[in-house]
Amino acid sequence: MAEEDMMDEEGGGVIKKFMYVNRKAPYGTVYALESLEVVLIGAAFDQDVSLAFIDDGVYQLAKGQETTRIGMKNFSPTYRALEMYDVEKLYVEQESLDARGLSADDLVVTVQVVSSAEMRELMDQQDVLLNF
Amino acid sequence: MKFGILVNEGPYQHQASDSAYQFTKAALEKGHEIFRVFFYHDGVNNATCLGAPPQDDRNITDRWSKLAKEHNLDLVVCVAAALRRGILDANEAKRNGKDASNLADGFRISGLGQLIEAGIQADRTVVFGD
Repeated sequence: MAEEDMMDEEGGGVIKKFMYVNRKAPYGTVYALESLEVVLIGAAFDQDVSLAFIDDGVYQLAKGQETTRIGMKNFSPTYRALEMYDVEKLYVEQESLDARGLSADDLVVTVQVVSSAEMRELMDQQDVLLNF
Repeated sequence: MKFGILVNEGPYQHQASDSAYQFTKAALEKGHEIFRVFFYHDGVNNATCLGAPPQDDRNITDRWSKLAKEHNLDLVVCVAAALRRGILDANEAKRNGKDASNLADGFRISGLGQLIEAGIQADRTVVFGD
């Protein structure tokens, strides 16, 4: 019984497609930081995980973040560590980059840049979409 | 259908908690199951028992506590988000050297794994936030 409960706790071998949708700038609100905390904890559950970055969320991945003067920790290096957690599917919306004068070269990690339409298709394929 | 609910905003400031409550209540009335309601970000502030809204306003925390009692709901508050914002049960208060706790009836404090588990177990996960 105890073992069965454990299995339930871990999802009982079910693998679902989880997408974390990051829409907010890295600082200014705590959404980005706390979203990353969910991703890191969630990685222990062996699910099929992907991350989407849209709107100001693309700034989360921007190179050259300098946060000492706002008294906050620069957590952007953590995105580079996601690979070690087997979180390898990072999708960034082209239109959001374009609107902010950014390109894939400006980001701290290698990502797949997708169009808004492609992003919609990716979202359609998910079982669980967590918006932050 | 089995639902998981995520509440990402605090009470009164934002409608997310009201909407989550209305959705949860309606789903239960229709005979659906709520696997868990998980409170994250400022959503953890829904769990303070120290809120004292005016008499003619709804009491959002009491409303959740009452619904939990009636339907044996699992209301879970993220521990990391809660500790940052001063939402503590007796155990966490003791552990962190605080002389008071404020977790309302029907809520419990646990980890983010509970959110992921809800995503896995529920047929649909519904997020209420900004």
